[in-house]
Amino acid sequence: MKRLLTAALSAALIASTAQAQQLNFDDPAEFARQRELLTARANGPDGEPWVQYYGDQMADTAKFKKEGPYTICFSNAGVNNAWRVTGWTNMQAEVKLHPEIKELIHVDAEGSDDKQISDIDDLINGGKCNALIVSPNTTAALTPAVEKACAKLPVIVFDRGVNTKCPVTFIHPVGGYGFGIQAGEFVAANAPTGANVLMLRIVPGVDVLETRASAAKHIFKEKGLNVIGEEFTEGDNAKTKSIVEDYLQRGKIDAVWMDAGATAVAALEAFEDSGLPLPVITGEDQQDFLMKWKAEGFKAIAPTYPTYQWRTPIIAAVKVLKGEPVPGPEWVMPQPSITAETLDEYVNDKMPPLHHAMCGCEKLPDYPAAWGGQ
Amino acid sequence: MSQQTVSSTEAPGAPRSGRLPKINPVFFVLAALLVAITLSNPNFVEPTGYMNFLKRAAPLAILAAGQIYVIVSGGFDLSVGSLITLTVVGSSMLLNNNADATWWVIPAMYAAGLAVGIVNGLVVSFLRVPSLIATLGMMITLNGAAFMWSSGSPRGYLPETFRFFGRVNIQGIPLIQFIPVALLVLLAFGSCLFWLMHRTNLGRMLHAIGDNPRAAQMSGVPLERVRITAFVVSSLSAVTAGILLGGFAGVSTDVGVGYELQAITACVIGGAQLLGGRGSVPASIAGALTLTAIFTLLNFIGLPKPVRDVVQGVILIVAVVLATYRRNRAGGT
Repeated sequence: MKRLLTAALSAALIASTAQAQQLNFDDPAEFARQRELLTARANGPDGEPWVQYYGDQMADTAKFKKEGPYTICFSNAGVNNAWRVTGWTNMQAEVKLHPEIKELIHVDAEGSDDKQISDIDDLINGGKCNALIVSPNTTAALTPAVEKACAKLPVIVFDRGVNTKCPVTFIHPVGGYGFGIQAGEFVAANAPTGANVLMLRIVPGVDVLETRASAAKHIFKEKGLNVIGEEFTEGDNAKTKSIVEDYLQRGKIDAVWMDAGATAVAALEAFEDSGLPLPVITGEDQQDFLMKWKAEGFKAIAPTYPTYQWRTPIIAAVKVLKGEPVPGPEWVMPQPSITAETLDEYVNDKMPPLHHAMCGCEKLPDYPAAWGGQ
Repeated sequence: MSQQTVSSTEAPGAPRSGRLPKINPVFFVLAALLVAITLSNPNFVEPTGYMNFLKRAAPLAILAAGQIYVIVSGGFDLSVGSLITLTVVGSSMLLNNNADATWWVIPAMYAAGLAVGIVNGLVVSFLRVPSLIATLGMMITLNGAAFMWSSGSPRGYLPETFRFFGRVNIQGIPLIQFIPVALLVLLAFGSCLFWLMHRTNLGRMLHAIGDNPRAAQMSGVPLERVRITAFVVSSLSAVTAGILLGGFAGVSTDVGVGYELQAITACVIGGAQLLGGRGSVPASIAGALTLTAIFTLLNFIGLPKPVRDVVQGVILIVAVVLATYRRNRAGGT
């Protein structure tokens, strides 16, 4: 009896996860919508994408109006990778531009759902926060905590989302499909027809990464490219280099598609060390990749998941507390790619190798020292 | 019991009366895996194939050769993974894009490794903290230190002078065309550690304290000093592995993650006894090559990732079972 129950339970679990996966990561409507946004014109001042937005739906914030100075609280999923390090530095610098902010209280969940849930609880109960910014660790787990916070104070969510419409706004760039489309189309346009493409991914099962891969696969299928493998590197340089070397021993690779750029240079070095010409490659906006690109001049594109989105929640929070409308319930911002034409604007040998160039931070206080630059 | 271990380390592989010479089964497992790799990818017998493999395996092999010192003495060293990370991140910070600084940065990293090893050894020997906990604490501390130092985004690239050891192949060697510097480092480091473990009094004392610390102490083995030496050897091997890994793949903030467990696994595959008293340097290196061969084989076969994980787990268990079987037959040591 017990065994039967266990079996039934696990079958149900498997079925539900399978369904969840089907639902999330390959949505043709969302794919089409993001493809359109990539070429759409955003509202707001040119050259300042962190305050730009698509569409014209605004959230009314009159009820949150309050006298300053403000205490803004931020529950952060973690500062556990270079992207988040750059982003968090952006946010701290943005705060310095707003004299009406008395204090930014930052709590770091260190990549744990449980910790973030209790962090949010503590922040609400502490009674000091005028507004709460949340960058959720995972979507489903943090939804109830965010709902609870919404009942007490204005909440702004950014980066990863939550399954509730209660926050004043959810700030994010175009999205994973957009990233996959930009990278996929570049490969399709620059590699010979029927070219061999190696897809390198970090880990399976993360929504923003899964959508990047599913979008790229659509494009490759559309253009008749041959995907010779889809490998998970766990973001590890040594593992990436080993995987690519092994593929090179077995056959030809014309293009390398990556769902994130952290290990792009290691993938290129595998070609160099095997004495082969560099492939068409998609990376991201880390300086090490941009420097290599500039030096070697291979065919590449760097789609971005821009870190300037870390500035926007502060700007939004101040507006909300002043009772000014902000784009909502979603604030979708541009997600530019770095191309051979724009490479020179972003490459900078004074910045550290893992710095994300699409930071919108060049005019912020303490640049470049706070970002580790010289 | 300890007498038997000691005598067998004096003359490893030498025929004993009434028994055929025993070859550690790890070498058969390794050979079988290499044959399988060759069958799935004939290019593997070309120099590029096997040399790439050896180059890639060198850091783990060095790490396992150091870890076996601590395991034989009856402990664990979990801090090696984080020490690798600290070596790579620290070197990139100290070098600060200056290729001429390599000559003093590498000794500086070894000095840091020496300090870490001594602290590990002191905490385990004198404060009587179990090595599992002491080195776990060290692992967390070093990870934190690496992060604090670099704020999660290391400042410099690793210049070619530093990457020489892990990346460069020396060309123009007859017969084999080229030889990776990493392999030379492995050969040099490996033979040093082999000599120290199997040809000196230190090796005998390590085996003795791992087998029965009380008995060893009574017969005059300086327990503390030998333990500290074991941790120092392990830490220095981690710094070496870090230099090779940084050279192979460049800067990243999580290079060392998981290496401590891989090193311990390699030692166990090589027939080491986890509670001490038994283990050999060449077998641990073979264990590391076996682990790397498993990864490489599964890469070549091109199975989907979940299947690969299952196969990898099964091969690991089989290898360890083989090692244990041999140990039991060898007389319950």
